[in-house]
Formats: sequence, structure tokens, C-alpha cells
Amino acid sequence: MEFLRLKNGGSAALKDIPQLNFDHFREVLKELVLEKNHRVSAFFVEENILYAVLIDSRERCFEVCSTVVGSSYPALTPHIAALHWFEREIYEQSGIEPVGHPWLKPIRFEKSALPGVTDYFTMQGGAAHEVAVGPVHAGVIEPGHFRFQCMGEDVYFLEIELGYQHRGVEKMLVNSPDTLRTHLVETAAGDSSTAYAWAYDLTMNALSSAPRAELTERAQILRSLALELERIANHVGDIGALAGDVAFLTSSAYCGRIRGDFLNMTALLCGNRFGRNYITADGVAYDLPNNKLPFLRDWFERSVADFKNAWQLMADDPGVLDRLENTGVVPRELAQVIGAVGVAGRASNLDMDVRRDLGNFGVYDRLVWHVPVKKSCDALARAKVRRGELRESIRMVRALFTLLESCGVNSVKSTEWNGRLKPETLAVSAIEGWRGEVVCAGISRKDGTLQRMKLIDPSFHNWFALALALRGEQISNFPICNKSFNLSYCGHDL
Amino acid sequence: MNDALTNFLLWSGNMVLALVISPLLIGIINKTKAFFAGRQGPRLLQLYYDLAKLLKRSSVYSRSTSAVFRIAPCCVLAASCMMLLLLPAACVKSPFNFIGDMILFVYLAGIGRMLTVLAAMETASAFEGMGSSRECQFAILAEGVLLAVLAALVMLTREFSLSGCLVTLKLNAWLSGGTSLLFLAVAFYLVMLCENCRVPVDDPETHLELTMIHEAMILDNSGPDLALIHYAAALKLWVFLSFLASLILPDLGNWMVWEFVIYYALIFLLTISIGVVESVMARYRFRKVPQFLAGALAVALLAIVLAAVFGGNWTK
Repeated sequence: MEFLRLKNGGSAALKDIPQLNFDHFREVLKELVLEKNHRVSAFFVEENILYAVLIDSRERCFEVCSTVVGSSYPALTPHIAALHWFEREIYEQSGIEPVGHPWLKPIRFEKSALPGVTDYFTMQGGAAHEVAVGPVHAGVIEPGHFRFQCMGEDVYFLEIELGYQHRGVEKMLVNSPDTLRTHLVETAAGDSSTAYAWAYDLTMNALSSAPRAELTERAQILRSLALELERIANHVGDIGALAGDVAFLTSSAYCGRIRGDFLNMTALLCGNRFGRNYITADGVAYDLPNNKLPFLRDWFERSVADFKNAWQLMADDPGVLDRLENTGVVPRELAQVIGAVGVAGRASNLDMDVRRDLGNFGVYDRLVWHVPVKKSCDALARAKVRRGELRESIRMVRALFTLLESCGVNSVKSTEWNGRLKPETLAVSAIEGWRGEVVCAGISRKDGTLQRMKLIDPSFHNWFALALALRGEQISNFPICNKSFNLSYCGHDL
Repeated sequence: MNDALTNFLLWSGNMVLALVISPLLIGIINKTKAFFAGRQGPRLLQLYYDLAKLLKRSSVYSRSTSAVFRIAPCCVLAASCMMLLLLPAACVKSPFNFIGDMILFVYLAGIGRMLTVLAAMETASAFEGMGSSRECQFAILAEGVLLAVLAALVMLTREFSLSGCLVTLKLNAWLSGGTSLLFLAVAFYLVMLCENCRVPVDDPETHLELTMIHEAMILDNSGPDLALIHYAAALKLWVFLSFLASLILPDLGNWMVWEFVIYYALIFLLTISIGVVESVMARYRFRKVPQFLAGALAVALLAIVLAAVFGGNWTK
């Protein structure tokens, strides 16, 4: 067998994972990624074993295979460009060198004293000039360094250096007691707390020597509700931010307020605007009593009406459309090759969504919705994908309200999973956060403790797509491109 | 009191008023924008508070800059003040008017810009370099529009001083040649948006250096220098609004009080209209700005053509 199939939130003993010789491993990956278009969701080294985790959306499962590597191995990036960032990460974290990697630089500067101090791609010539932006920016945003190689206003190349927010989350997760881990995971990318907490919960449950009893139906509904509210709040905020960047004042101001409303609805659900501490090992922390539903419903509908109004103002303005159209184009082929996921992937006409492609979490299998995909691959497509997802999420939330009402079960708690893990096991799970798929892979030691916890934010796949979006673009359009992707710095830096 | 003295006092009074209340214009624009966004917005007098705060501080200078960087803010303010000196107040001609002063008017705007650009280049910052390049690119086109508008005015009035052009237009001109005048006003309004760094050409609100024009050039200015630059910008806005108000306002003969009332009302209405434009419009991408200015030029040229074809002296 060339690879092992795992369902979302499934686990397998390490010895059951097929270990191929390297050439075979490469051929298998090339076939799966390049010919069958399965996407890479994790690629990492643990104790000289290189694991590859792919998503097969037709079979609705992960595919896992591995190979043994020494202190170096022939790089796979020249064949499979989607591994470009992963191999740089492997080299940085473990020192194992992917020989022949075209641009083998650290991605997070974990081991150097000064982040961002390194060689950069430069362009020579009379009119060529370099513009360096960041790591400290003019707005209240996260740090990242951007270097543009320009001729006049035209950008030829953009190099993105991150790592300023590296906190060592993966290491801390391994060394922390169970009680602290949820907090660490929820703050890996604070705007996706629910997605991260859920992915972590699924992985740990799968690794656990005594998994919990099935989650109650009510808990599943409430978890889905929290995830969709997170998506709605962030997409509304992003659309407002895009309006702000094209100086379209009204939609920007309205969306800023409406985003707050949706965050406050999450707070009504769990006491925290970002959904922290809501997802617990035995379900969710608090029930939403049915008598609070009418209030929440009413508030939700009012905010949705406000948002539609704010969006329509923007969508009807030719000036806004002109700014977003054909700005920051990442063609489908390119997005596919570099492995873009989530909103950015869907805006480049890649049809993917792990709620549908993998499922096996929440109540999504019982809901009817479609995945919005756009063909124009530009900033407008990314805005429209967000709008489409909002439309679907709003319908989903309404359905979830109805499900809650009709749900006979009153308990939101089942039993907790046990913190003692199955020995030498790998578990992997993916949750569709608002930015894209959040993947969490865990490996346990022989003694039943955690050996490795790998978190992969959708931004990890997508930062390079932003760099590509700027090629041949006007430098003044960078903020719009950046905002249309709205990637996470801390989710990447971990 | 004789007429000359009254006129001089009226004109000086207007001058003082302009110096005092020009920062209020920025407040009015921001309040208008806040209204459209459903916000409280900054106070009307916010710019005054900002200027007072900045004046109390000291300026910081980069080691790469020379005396040019230090004198530039003063010169920019001086240029704005001199532009103000050439303008009439409602129906009262400037006492400093002379034949051909409109050319000086255009180049005073140019001098202010040149010094800002030179000072920005001295900081050797990539952002300020880009800002300078953009400013110059758009200024070349904006200057053309401004000259075309002035040329049309001269054709219409047969007057060769700015004050002469702007005050001698009779009400009759709006009745017989309104189209031409309207086109002139529109062209001037568009060039005003560009010259004063407003949406859709520039975005005074943005914090994104990569998209700035004017704001990018003053990133390194601080303290009193920055106060002077902000004040000069507010004054320049007054100069352009006052020009446009005088252009629209015909000579009402003996109704001088009304003339002044309408003149100030027009200035504030036009200020609010800038706020409205900024609230309902997105900003253009840079490649579209030259088209925008070319459009303004076309409108101005059309006014010239209309003036030439339908000719006549409109000052009677």
C-alpha cells in the first residue's frame, strides 16, 4: 500500500503508516499532487521520518505516507511547488537539508537573533529601485517585512519575510500541561480561535487512549454556530477593510460596526467575543438556552440586513469595482501549483472546502449549502467569495437556530477525552476556518505523552500567493491585494 | 471714507478671516464625512488643536537632510499666503493685482510643490521618493488644466489680472454664456480636488504609505514644521475655494453686502461638497488619475472653444 487513508479526526499507529523508499515516496506524491490534484495539508519531519498528509476530497479522507530521511534529501520543491514553504520550514526546524531547493531561506528566523536579517532577492539596473515596508507598519497590524523590487510604480517582485511573531507555539504545546494547551491553540491565530480549538480537540480526541463518548447533538450544533459566527464576523470585517483601502468611507465604517455586532453575538454564546474557551474536551462550555434564541435571532437578522445594505453600497459603486477588478490576479494554474487554500484558493477558481471535502465535524453533513468559487482570480473575486460565503453562512446560521429549537437533547456535555494518549500514534484533523483550512496533526510518544503537535494555518499556504499577486502590479495596489487576502502573521509564525 | 479705503479694509478683513478660519474647512470636510459614515467624527476645530499641539513640540531632523528640508515648510506657507494676496475678496479686487499676475499665481503653487518635493527627496526615503514622483506626474497635468481655465477667463473678460477676471463677470455672463462658465467651474473643481490631495486623486485619511501622494512626502516632518505644512495645506484649500467662489459669483453691482454673504456661503457649501465627494466616491487607481485630469483639461478647452465661438465681452 502506498498511503494510508484517514478520516477527518482519525488516527493510526505509526507502524501502520506506509514507509516508502524515497524515490517511491516522491513518485507517489507527484502522482497524487500533480495528477490527481490532491492538496498538501501537512508535510513535516519527526525523528528523521518525513510525513506527508494530503487531502483527497473525492474519498473524503486524508492520505498519509512517510519516508526515512537522513541529514539531507533531494528537495521535492522542484517537482511539487506546493512544498516550497514546507521544505524551508523543515530545514529551519530540523536542519535536514532539502538539497536543490531553489530558495532555501528560513521562514521564521527561529534560530537567528535578528529576524529579517538575511539575503534578499534584488534587481539591478538604472531605474530599478527597492522599497522596503515594515516590519513596523503605520496601522495597528501585525509585523511583517515586505520588499518590493520596482521599476517606477510597477512591482517586478515582492519578497515577504515573516517570523517576527514566532513564539514557539508548537514546542510550548508539547511541553505544556493539558489545561494550558487549549489557550495556546486558541491564540495561535486569535481571529480563528474556534477553528483552532476545534481542530486541536478533534486531534487530541483521536490520539486519546480513552476518547470521549460521541458529542451530543446540541454540542455539535453550537460548535458549528460558533464557527459560522466567527466566519461571518471576520468576512464582514474584511469587506469593510477593503472598502477602507479604496477610500470608500461609508461601507468601511458600517462594516466595522457590524463586525462588532457579530463578535458580540459570539460573546452572548460563550462570554468571549473571539469564542475563547468555548470548545471543551467534552463538548462546549455553555448551553444556549432556547429562551434566548428569539433575542439572538432578532439581533442576527438586523445585523444581516445592515450588512447587506453596506455591501450593496459598495457593490453598486463603479469606482470600487474598478479598483478591485483585475487587481492582484493569481491565475488558477498558479494558485493550484503553489497550493493556495481557503478564500484565496476559491477566488482563484479552486473548488475546496473541508466542511464538504472532509466533513466529519459539526452538523455540516445535515446542512445544505454550496461553496462559492469565482473565476476572475482578482481582488474582486476574493471580495465576492467572502460575500458568497457570508450568504451561505447566514443561511447556515438560520438553519442552526432551527436545529437548536427542534433539538431534543438538552445536554451539551458528553465525557471528556483522556489526556493519556495511545502510544506512537498519529492523528490529523482539519476545520474550515474563515480563512481556510486549519490543520492540526499530532504524534504521541511511546509513554502516552505528546511528542509533536503540528499546526498549519491556511496563511502558511497562501503568503506566497500574495507575493505572486503583486507581480506586474502597481505598488500602490499592494494594500488592496494584502487586504483581499488578509493573511495571518501569527498563524504563520506560530 | 472714500471707496478705495473701504475696499482695502474689506479686502484686508477677508484676508485676516482667511488666515484664521481656513483650518476650519478641514474640520467641515471631516464632519461631513463623519455624517455620511454615521459617526461622531473629530471636532470641527480639531485641526486648530492639532496645530497648537504640534507648535509646542520640537522638530526632528534626519541627518541626511540639509537646509532645504528646514526652510521648505516656511516657503510652502509663504507661497500659499502669496497666492491669497493675489485673490480678490468677493467683489473687491486685490490691491496687489497687476497684469499677468495669474501666471505668478500658477507658479506660486508650483514653487510650493517644488519645495515640498525637494525636501521629500532629501530624506532619501523610498516612500517619499514615490510620493514626490507621483506628485510631479500629476502636477504637470493639473497645471495645464489650471492654465487653460485662466486662459478661458482672460478670453471671456479681456482682463489680464486675476482679480480683474474674477470680479468683472456680470450676472449677464451667466445668462448669455453660462455653459462656458459652468464648464470652467467644473474643470476648476476637478483640478482643485487634485491640487489639494483629496479623494479621488489622493486619500488624506490613509495610513498606507504605499498609496499616499502628499502625505508620503511629509512623513519625515514633525513638530512646528508639520504644523506649518498642515496650515499651508488648509490655506491652499481656502485659496482654491475662494477662487472658485469668485468665479461662480457674478458682480451684483450695488448689493455688496449680499455679495460677501453669498461668497462665504459658497466657500462653505463647496467645502461640504468636497466632503460629500469623499464620502460617496472610491479613490481612483493611479493609472486613472491622468485620465481624470485629461478629462478636466477637455472640459476647460471646451469652455475656451465656446468662449471663442460665441465670443463677446461678458463684463458688461
